[in-house]
Amino acid sequence: MLKNTLIKFTVLAGCFLPFTFVHASEEVNVYSYRQANLVKPLFDVFTQKTGVKVNVVFAKKGMAERLAREGEHSPADVLLTTDISRLVALQDKNLIQPVSSTELESNVPAHLQANDDTWFALTTRVRNIYSSKRLGNINVNYEDLADPKWQGRICTRSGKHPYTVALVASMIAEHGEQKTLEWLKGFKANLARKPQGNDRGQVQAIHQNLCDLSLGNSYYFGKMLTNPEQKVWADAVNINFPNQNNRGAHINISGVAMAKHAPNRENALALMEFLISEQAQQMYAEANMEYPVRKGVPLAELVASWGNYKADDLPLTTIAKHRKAAISLLDQAKFDL
Amino acid sequence: MISRVKYPFWSSTSWLIALALMTPIAVMFFSGIAANSDTFLHLWRTVLPDYVLNTVLLAVYVVVLVILFGVPSAALISLTDLKTRGVLRWLLLLPLAMPAYVIAYLYTDLFDYAGPIQRYLRALFSWQSPADYWFFDLRTLTGAAVMIALVLFPYVYMLTRTAFEYQDQQLVKAARSLGLSSRQCFFKVTLPLARPAIAISASFVLMETLADFATVQYFAVNTLTTAIYDTWLEYGELSTANALASILMVMVLLTVAAEYRARAHQRHQSKDKQTSKARISLTTRQHIIGGIYCWFLVFAGFLLPFILLVDMAVQYFEQTSLAGLWQAGLNSLEVSIYVATMATLIAVLLGLYRRLSGVKNCAIPLQVSGFGYAVPGTVLAMAMLATFGPLDHWLNDVAKWFEIPTPGLLLSGSLFAIIFALVTRFAAIANGTIASGLTKIPKSLDLAPASLGVSKWRSIFKVHLPLLKSSIMVAWLLVFVEAMKELPAVLVLRPFNFDTLSTQVYQMISDERLEQGAIGALFIVLFGLLPIIVLNKKE
Repeated sequence: MLKNTLIKFTVLAGCFLPFTFVHASEEVNVYSYRQANLVKPLFDVFTQKTGVKVNVVFAKKGMAERLAREGEHSPADVLLTTDISRLVALQDKNLIQPVSSTELESNVPAHLQANDDTWFALTTRVRNIYSSKRLGNINVNYEDLADPKWQGRICTRSGKHPYTVALVASMIAEHGEQKTLEWLKGFKANLARKPQGNDRGQVQAIHQNLCDLSLGNSYYFGKMLTNPEQKVWADAVNINFPNQNNRGAHINISGVAMAKHAPNRENALALMEFLISEQAQQMYAEANMEYPVRKGVPLAELVASWGNYKADDLPLTTIAKHRKAAISLLDQAKFDL
Repeated sequence: MISRVKYPFWSSTSWLIALALMTPIAVMFFSGIAANSDTFLHLWRTVLPDYVLNTVLLAVYVVVLVILFGVPSAALISLTDLKTRGVLRWLLLLPLAMPAYVIAYLYTDLFDYAGPIQRYLRALFSWQSPADYWFFDLRTLTGAAVMIALVLFPYVYMLTRTAFEYQDQQLVKAARSLGLSSRQCFFKVTLPLARPAIAISASFVLMETLADFATVQYFAVNTLTTAIYDTWLEYGELSTANALASILMVMVLLTVAAEYRARAHQRHQSKDKQTSKARISLTTRQHIIGGIYCWFLVFAGFLLPFILLVDMAVQYFEQTSLAGLWQAGLNSLEVSIYVATMATLIAVLLGLYRRLSGVKNCAIPLQVSGFGYAVPGTVLAMAMLATFGPLDHWLNDVAKWFEIPTPGLLLSGSLFAIIFALVTRFAAIANGTIASGLTKIPKSLDLAPASLGVSKWRSIFKVHLPLLKSSIMVAWLLVFVEAMKELPAVLVLRPFNFDTLSTQVYQMISDERLEQGAIGALFIVLFGLLPIIVLNKKE
């Protein structure tokens, strides 16, 4: 009899298990586009310092969609993203809230934060052009990617990837839609293979002689150089900062924002302020070889060795504004097909 | 004449379950009607025709390939005296345990320009660059089709083999006595008789192919699934995405209908396996070719990728986070156990309802509840959010009104959504298994207990369920493994700090470092072997 009751109870309890949540008192919930291996160490330090537990969903896509659907019942506190367009999309859809923090406002350069204090950049990253060492030192602009002399010699990842979309958006801002479409068609005609893989995969392809040029973010260069297996790939290329004689290299940011309905506001603010602290910024610089936004935080030695560069001063919000047009042009050029 | 007993409670439960499983699909369909026609037109003018073409090509290639792989191997094993046929009989099932995206990654690694094979060839012939020689490119539509076919052909093999083995031998004997050679007999009698089985299994494969997300993405093959994803997340238009998803679903349902028609013609099956029938004896040459063919399928579909995976797992053991893996494994187990149990319970309930109630339309709940199999995981996840999101908000409003603590995202933000999605998707597998198990129980057993005055429930528990035991076990295991492997729905719906083995492995693959996920992938494969062992024992 007792056994039967126990079994029944267990079955009943089991039925309700799927509904249970983790609910600790001191915690902060993060939706993150950034990869686990990068942000986890930062969170660990934060938890050590404050005792606040950090819960994360690593979502590569669909964060805004998820937040919108969850509405006022969303458990999310802090949103970590790469790419300006995603931050602006969150802002446009009214999914984030203004944050009043002198720590954030004074340490993030004015042009790298939202006018209404809803989002803040944490790091900047450059869209570089990697070139095969066989070519020697070359000067190359984004516009050159459509030059017929590179026919069959360029590799890149999917055009729909936010890094590429943002670059195309910056081209629209500079040249207008029609010229950008022509550029995209020329660029596509120069591809050695269909867009595929990630930024590292393209450098590997240069190492294998499949192509001579590729697009890639700066920090991948550092990451490959410090990875024993990938060092041979990185050794086969030079890292070029494009458009140095005119508008400068295209840059993008990774950033942070507070969710509109954040249930743990104080902890969220504490985490955001921690991410701009010297310690966290240094971790970003060292561990991910990105450019920290906080003044006075030294670059990783390796990153510093690539030298100074001129960055495009196009406002980031302009890039976000042209995002949809950029995707539309990529479809028209059938870039990925 | 004993009148059929009506089961009002059972009847309403069955219909409710079917309705619940259909709701997300209906929500998706109706949301699609409200699609933004501008975006749709833009897509139609630019990339959509290519996506559709790719989808159709991929489906056709995969179906042709699985038939080319599955039917000859089934014939060789069940009809001829092929050597090593005893081992091959179950070895040919093993590729089912391998997720397509894992095999895709492993083979790309092997055959890529940087892979060991091309490196070796370059060293051997001192070629310098890709321009110096030709080598097939795996990352193409054809490549993706081959990868998917290599792991899905066992469906065709399994069903066709059974069809051959249970074929009515009188027909074959009659054909032989009329002077047909064994070859003519195979092509004119045996093969046409197995056609329904081939059609059914091919339609299974078709649905799995259209639902594939990770393989095509890894191979940069843009299909309708890509378009759905893009439209939802890049253009931010859920309703247009739903419209595309509905198109995909209609494509699938049409093929399912075709399959159903094919099944309607199925007869000439005998109840008993023909053990004493004469096997076709092969010549030495045929032995060699047939043997190579079957062993090649086992090797390419399972052995080689398995060895590569073990090798990776051993090499990168130190770099693998075992704690994370352990947690992901437990999560996978939790989800899969819930899903398998729910799906099996539903299948038994609906299956027995159809069998015992005897009312008009009693088969409908069973059929309708299987529709979800035709819906790709990504689409299903979107449908779950669209269905349970508003429901959650409503629940919270109700709670507020009664001034009790609000439950938060009780349905869409917990494991509930994942489990619901996976039950919807895999109910068809459990339904099919239980339904075929039920056909093996003689009809007379339905009525005998009643005539002896035994109550209906007692007869179900004392007669039907014990006889169904092995079908229930197989259904449970098949769903368990599918739930283990499922990726896209879990990817979209998972709550905080929640990873399963498949999401972890996928994460590694999309970062192009499966090495560190190899142990996780190995676990998925090993769990996938369980039902194969049980299926084999059952025979």
